[in-house]
Amino acid sequence: MASAVAVVVATLLISFVLFFVAPRDPVGAVCGAKCPPERAAEIAASLHLDDPVPSQFGQYAWGIVAGRTITSGGTTVECAVPCLGYSYKLGQPVTALIADAAPVTFSIVLGAALVYLVVGVANGVVAARRRGSALDRLTVGGTLVLSSVPYFVVALVFALYVAGRVLPPSQYTSPLASPLGWASGLLAAWITLGLVNAAAYTRYSRASMIEALGEDFVRTARGKGISERRVVYRHALRAALGPVTTIFGIDLAAQLTGAIFTERIFGLPGLGTLTLNAFAQNDMPVIMGSVLVGAVLLVTLNLAVDLMYTVLDPRVRLG
Amino acid sequence: MTLSATSHRARPQVPAVPGEPLLALRDVRMHFPAAGGTRAAPRTVKAVDGVSLTLHAGQTLGLVGESGCGKSTTARLIARLLEPTGGQILYRGVDIAHLSTRKLRPYRREIQLIFQDPVSSLNPRHTVGTIIGTALRTHRIVPPHREVARVQELLEIVGLDPDHHGRYPHEFSGGQRQRIGIARALAVRPKVIVADEPVSALDVSIQAQVMNLLEKLRREFGIAFVFIAHDLGVVRQFCDRVAVMYLGKVVESGSRDALYGTPMHPYAQALLSAAPNLATTRGAPPRARIRLVGDVPSPVDPPTGCRFRTRCWRAEDRCATTEPTLTPTAAGLNTACHFPERLDPSWLEVA
Amino acid sequence: MSYETSAHDEPYLVVRDLRVSFPTAAGPVEAVRGLSYSVPLGRTLAIVGESGSGKSVSSLAVMGLHDPRRTRVGGSVTLGGQEIVGAPESALRRVRGARAAMIFQDPLSALHPYFTVGDQIAEAYRAHHRVGRGPARARAAELLDRVGIPRPRARLDEYPHQFSGGMRQRVMIAMALANDPKLLIADEPTTALDVTVQAQILDLIGDLQQEFGSAVVFITHDLGVVSEVADDVLVMYAGRAVEYGTADQVLARPLHPYAWGLLESIPALTGDPVPLRPIPGLPPRLTDLPGGCAFHPRCGQRERVLHGRCASEAPDLAPRSSEQGRLSRCHLSHPELIFVQEILPRLP
Ligand SMILES: Nc1ncnc2c1ncn2[C@@H]1O[C@H](COP(=O)(O)OP(=O)(O)OP(=O)(O)O)[C@@H](O)[C@H]1O
Ligand SMILES: Nc1ncnc2c1ncn2[C@@H]1O[C@H](COP(=O)(O)OP(=O)(O)O)[C@@H](O)[C@H]1O
Ligand code: SF4
Ligand SMILES: [Mg+2]
Ligand SMILES: [Mg+2]
Repeated sequence: MASAVAVVVATLLISFVLFFVAPRDPVGAVCGAKCPPERAAEIAASLHLDDPVPSQFGQYAWGIVAGRTITSGGTTVECAVPCLGYSYKLGQPVTALIADAAPVTFSIVLGAALVYLVVGVANGVVAARRRGSALDRLTVGGTLVLSSVPYFVVALVFALYVAGRVLPPSQYTSPLASPLGWASGLLAAWITLGLVNAAAYTRYSRASMIEALGEDFVRTARGKGISERRVVYRHALRAALGPVTTIFGIDLAAQLTGAIFTERIFGLPGLGTLTLNAFAQNDMPVIMGSVLVGAVLLVTLNLAVDLMYTVLDPRVRLG
Repeated sequence: MTLSATSHRARPQVPAVPGEPLLALRDVRMHFPAAGGTRAAPRTVKAVDGVSLTLHAGQTLGLVGESGCGKSTTARLIARLLEPTGGQILYRGVDIAHLSTRKLRPYRREIQLIFQDPVSSLNPRHTVGTIIGTALRTHRIVPPHREVARVQELLEIVGLDPDHHGRYPHEFSGGQRQRIGIARALAVRPKVIVADEPVSALDVSIQAQVMNLLEKLRREFGIAFVFIAHDLGVVRQFCDRVAVMYLGKVVESGSRDALYGTPMHPYAQALLSAAPNLATTRGAPPRARIRLVGDVPSPVDPPTGCRFRTRCWRAEDRCATTEPTLTPTAAGLNTACHFPERLDPSWLEVA
Repeated sequence: MSYETSAHDEPYLVVRDLRVSFPTAAGPVEAVRGLSYSVPLGRTLAIVGESGSGKSVSSLAVMGLHDPRRTRVGGSVTLGGQEIVGAPESALRRVRGARAAMIFQDPLSALHPYFTVGDQIAEAYRAHHRVGRGPARARAAELLDRVGIPRPRARLDEYPHQFSGGMRQRVMIAMALANDPKLLIADEPTTALDVTVQAQILDLIGDLQQEFGSAVVFITHDLGVVSEVADDVLVMYAGRAVEYGTADQVLARPLHPYAWGLLESIPALTGDPVPLRPIPGLPPRLTDLPGGCAFHPRCGQRERVLHGRCASEAPDLAPRSSEQGRLSRCHLSHPELIFVQEILPRLP
């Protein structure tokens, strides 16, 4: 838990250093290249650019926990907790922008994870049980082929030829407004991201399951005279899920990147789209805010995985 | 139990060395940090908790005791792979307990370690020649042009084919890998070899081969051994002196014949009585039969007073309050027990 | 305990010409090459041999635990008259854990790390009894109590890692006893344990056998342990029995040069220490077995057998002594004499 907080604070610091201390031109970013000098001075003052760097950082950080008032060119914006700054380009507080975008990304990551875990583990178990058979070799070969195609090719094919034809067109609806609309709008993205990862997870679970099937305790279970199905699904699979969960936890960062890519290709208004647009327009408050939220998201997901691991393995739970 | 202290030995006895021991441990402690402690009240695993031992040149000292009693930790302390949290490790009178890595170098050469697991202690990507050659080079034992010849010589000494120096560890069997480990230790001409369960992973016939090899080294090169094994027979075969450990402490130590013949510490008695003795099938009298109950307590919170009292059938109030120290109890025997007593072999069932 | 008995009072476990081989890329590996033995109820047979001699592989075949897709099992194994080799999985399931149960060397890896000890024992009971969770749990507690675990009810809900090594092996034994098996196979049950704990477990297995009168197959590589537990002994080398007899006979007057070599390799705990005389060389690879007697490249007696028969002709397992029921696989004509005159004086 302490390390999770440390990761978030470190991200905050690093992004701050990158965007405020690095030799970029925050004033130009707000006002454009041909900014009149008096307006530039005004903006610099409002951004507290003349203040010492630690004080700027302090204000930014304080804004997150207590909110702050941002003044710019005579206009004053009340930026509520958690204040991540104000986007002059989009004329909205960053927090509001992110609050709109984050659920989209979150939905994509979770839905895709469900797809690849279920498909991957199921395939892996079947292949492991028939190790060496034609089916097994076909599965392993297929996953290798799928993994060697670049992700953007798969995503583009799905976005262009599958979404809107075989599957419903991609769009984001809040699950609170319409759960069905939410699911159907994201289905194409889930399947794309999910299938590509399912290939890797098939291989992980196959290897993990083969190992589990060779464990002494699986032999013990067989020795009790219980059904083979019970041996495989209760005893071996339970053990095989441990290593898969570990990989899943390590993999989450990569999954977030995958999700950002997917939104972009499927035109979904998530954090990825928001951030990439912000980069294109040099909209720094948004960039900083999304990096920070991305970090928080990641840390939260990792904590969730740790928690899952604890539930799964009593040796971790009980020390 | 018919052993007399004067029994004839199958090999010439190394004369007792008067004066300075080669190696001496004085009240050595190794407390590892344990989970669940706070800075104010740190919890520690007292893996080794006040061990004193001496080893003379050319002697063999055996360490026995149940799993987790601190044998391997003691071995790693002697080889200074660990820095003790207390006490002194005197090698030829010099305290090496806290020497820096640089100052340790000459001692590293003289004190070599052999491990139980001949697989994980050899780098699988190096040939046997490289493994042994590296040891030669690190300590500049022979000039570079003599290296291959010396490697072959060493392989010959440990009973391997000298022409196999280009092979990799996985091409050898378990016993042969143990020989490679021995050749590596031997390469630097050590004075002391600390052997941590060197034969435990081997089958009996192979184990006997390796034991005979160690015996040869000891005889021909006068190397002193600290020899760890959980097999009491193996220790008896190889060692002049034996120390019995329990929960981080030496509870009894002395000459081999005294310890195996007339142990005075109840734990040593229990340990010996638990070991099956094949000689009884050839008419040797049966031993007293002692069955300890319960498990070894945790080395994080060892019992107060005598650590063995929770499983001891002789324990009285005093055992809980006062810790017994090693004191002479019989000829050639030191025992840490308030009630040292010879076991009457006619008690066929105790505890 | 002769291994040939008439059909009507046949021993509970009868193994006849058991063969087990594994197809590998380098051709089939024959791990067990024609093994025969029998164990009546109430007796303990110890199977001794070095690692790789086929002890575990043969015992798994007795339990019908080999994967038929990856193993070829031949010969016959009968349990109370029922054939195991080639029996359908459904029939095997009714035998495993019920009439025959097995315990393994390393109790930590043989118990499932994610399930409580109570669950695992109850599962073994429910596999053969139509009872609910409650009675199965009560049975598990009763079994834990029987194997000497204090506070059995409380410990039902603990996980294997919360037990010490010896306690875990007790749990394994409790699980094996769940359905009062007639045959208990213990595959090196004390090899991973300390001597003091080993003594406790050996006592426990002995007591239980007295109580239930089952047939026990005790696998070990430790002749000392054999002397503590066994009624009969079978010595294995390279997938075959090389010597068979009662424990007293085999330990005190072995007939086979391999058994002599084992005795001369073991340091004693009493008497004057004598130099060890190990068997030279290494056990053969199963893919590359020597012709004739599989032991001949390591055997110190082969010069005694005329015409180089040791290298050319495989000896049978046959009676080679005046004692009833003793078998040895060796061409030597007077093994007892050689043992008494040459080997015995060298033993401690
Ligand atoms: N690095 C470490 N950190 C914490 N505890 C340790 C460490 N090394 C050893 N211990 C603990 O110290 C105790 C003694 O361990 P050691 O390995 O010396 O036992 P041992 O006598 O060699 O046992 P075995 O017969 O099983 O080899 C054990 O309780 C062990 O868990
Ligand atoms: N699944 C397997 N595939 C190939 N060889 C095997 C397999 N299982 C065991 N063996 C081989 O069979 C031989 C006998 O093994 P085992 O019965 O386990 O020996 P042990 O006597 O030590 O119990 C060994 O050489 C081992 O390598
Ligand atoms: S048959 Fe020959 S080689 Fe084999 S054990 Fe007997 S004497 Fe030795
Ligand atoms: Mg150790
Ligand atoms: Mg085995």
